[in-house]
Amino acid sequence: METAFLLEKLILVVVIFTITLVIAMYSTLAERKIAGFMQDRHGPDRAGAFGILQPLCDGGKFFFKEEIIPAGAHKGLFIMGPVIAIITACISSAVIPWGQTLTFGDTTITLQVAEVNIGVLYIFGVIALGVYGIMLGGWASNNKFSLMGAIRAASQSISYEIGLGLSLIALLMVTGTLSIGEIVAQQSGFVNWNIWSQPLGFIIFVTCAFAECNRVPFDLPECETELVGGYHTEYSSMKLGLYMFSEYINMFVSSALMAALYFGGYNFPFMHDLGLSANWITIIGVLVFFSKIFAFIFFFMWIRWTLPRFRYDQLMRLGWKKLIPLAIANIVLTGVIILIKDTFF
Amino acid sequence: MSKPITELTSNRPVFEEHDPEEVLTTLNLGPTHPATHGVFQNVLQIDGERIVSGVSTIGYIHRAFEKIAEHRPFYQITPLTDRLNYCSAPINNMGWHMTVEKLLEIEIPKRVQYMRVIVMELARIADHIICNGILGVDTGAFSGFLYLMQEREFIYEIFEEVCGARLTTNIGRIGGFERDFNAVAFTKIEEFVKRFPAVLAEFQELFTRNRIFIERTSNVAAVTPEQALDYSWSGPILRATGVDYDVRVLSPYCSYEEFEFDVPVGTNGDVYDRFMVRNEEMTQSIRIIEQALEKIKGEPKGVFHADVPEFYLPPKEQVYTNMEALIYHFKIVMGEWETPKSEVYHAVEGANGELGFYLIHDGGRTPYRLHFRRPSFINYQMFAPMSSGMLLSDAIINMSSLNVIAGELDA
Repeated sequence: METAFLLEKLILVVVIFTITLVIAMYSTLAERKIAGFMQDRHGPDRAGAFGILQPLCDGGKFFFKEEIIPAGAHKGLFIMGPVIAIITACISSAVIPWGQTLTFGDTTITLQVAEVNIGVLYIFGVIALGVYGIMLGGWASNNKFSLMGAIRAASQSISYEIGLGLSLIALLMVTGTLSIGEIVAQQSGFVNWNIWSQPLGFIIFVTCAFAECNRVPFDLPECETELVGGYHTEYSSMKLGLYMFSEYINMFVSSALMAALYFGGYNFPFMHDLGLSANWITIIGVLVFFSKIFAFIFFFMWIRWTLPRFRYDQLMRLGWKKLIPLAIANIVLTGVIILIKDTFF
Repeated sequence: MSKPITELTSNRPVFEEHDPEEVLTTLNLGPTHPATHGVFQNVLQIDGERIVSGVSTIGYIHRAFEKIAEHRPFYQITPLTDRLNYCSAPINNMGWHMTVEKLLEIEIPKRVQYMRVIVMELARIADHIICNGILGVDTGAFSGFLYLMQEREFIYEIFEEVCGARLTTNIGRIGGFERDFNAVAFTKIEEFVKRFPAVLAEFQELFTRNRIFIERTSNVAAVTPEQALDYSWSGPILRATGVDYDVRVLSPYCSYEEFEFDVPVGTNGDVYDRFMVRNEEMTQSIRIIEQALEKIKGEPKGVFHADVPEFYLPPKEQVYTNMEALIYHFKIVMGEWETPKSEVYHAVEGANGELGFYLIHDGGRTPYRLHFRRPSFINYQMFAPMSSGMLLSDAIINMSSLNVIAGELDA
């Protein structure tokens, strides 16, 4: 039993790890294709049909590029930066429930790597660690532009984590659990999705998620027109690739979180009314979950190619003076509604 | 956040004095920083993100055009003017031709003048496309830039049809054009006039009411009319401060007085106003081109240069068959023409401001002295003083709204 359990989880870890990396890889292609679509041009279309091999070529190119560690850089931390970034990006997907259970005879497989009862806290812990990769890399580069990018990243991450956390507290009040698996399980069907009970919380969550992923309009840590390359100005070869990759993985995980916490995860309308077997519901659920994730990834990219970016002080003002008070108001409002509901109905 | 610039410091660093607490950092913005859009340097002293002082260093691509011009006959100076503001080379070309024509007192046929107006206004649109598009890119919105770039591509196709070149055009000759606009060119100009307003409207929709863009640009680097005039600003950035100075209106050249167009002015001279003024100028340029196309129809067909055989190269067929043509060809190419001893100043409304040519001529083959009044060079002088007190991000969009073209800055 013990071995079977380990084996099952090991396979699941490998599968999810692979899927995460492949999706991150193809997000780069999708980003360029969507940019092309929005800007009346083609995007990459030379490597394979529709540029399908482009991510592989990019990855291969990264490996063959000369690796430069600038003079005066702190070598250890300079290498650690991208390592931390990619590790924290990868491990955050561990608590996301990808689907319900699959049953083969006597064996039941849960499509979630770790069903921990503090899933939300775990995610927060990992996200908080994520900024170390950027900060250390930027600081260790011995470059003023990198340092400025790192400072921006650090203060931005810390500020928006508060908003992110506060927006989730309201969600936790509604759901009454910290386990992401349970939060998703509660949202079966369509009307139970948390977006209907927490619309304001969702908007705050999305905004903060954009900031946590350093995406436009919050891409100040790497805004190329001001800081050259921001925190990764001095990075080359695969170390730069790892930073890019971790950005896309973060985007994927954030999309997964948004879909799981607010849009019902693997749940889809009429899932129990169609008379399907449990395994089929699970399989369709996984597909539905991924299509929700892709929709959010598209949303990320859509915003990126539409909006200008904030200035540093405007970003801080938005975070501290608007999002955090709004999130607190949302908590109070949620509390009042729960109280009224419990007292009168 | 940004306050209007109340007191402009000079182009001198404060670290000459004293920084006892060592809180300030020196940051090299340029010469190869992506925001400088060319090669020029700003040594900034920053306190966190705030700029304390700045020193501008120019001259990285100085090519001594004014000196080179002293060794070249007039017609060979035109390619030099291409390389001043290479985003709107035809305006420079036309300005130079008109300067020489003023010196030689050549009367230009109306049709040629209208053709020149068309070419110059197209170039103005191309230049404003670059400036406003890049302002979008510098604030982080890339797509609008590409929408407009597609239209600039079309303008370059028109230039290609008119003169065969795209960027450094060398359009026209002293006395007119080297050839008539062909039918394709006219069709393309008409098509451009029809399709451009819609694209411009789409571009404006992305920016003018975008909350983030407005917050990024309004009240950033606001310049008062007095300051602008003190620094001898001209062009869209001066008009953004509210001064309605436009060379096309105040000292019309090339029959601009016959055209009906508005001169847009701003109210507080910030980056947003400059953006809006440039957008409106593009619309006005389209109006001018429409009128010019209409006026050309009323002029005799096939006239594309003044009848001045001593200054305008004869057609090649005649050079090979006709003695007079051969002599003129030889004299013009060797610079052996009768020219008055005189001084002229001629200014055109360049895309960035008043583009002037001051020519002192002693009757020889080449100018005795030629000075280009380059608007970028003059406009840029306020950059370092006005940057102090700004955030780094503001300074960068301020720079892109000044539309500093390195070629014009350094000459």
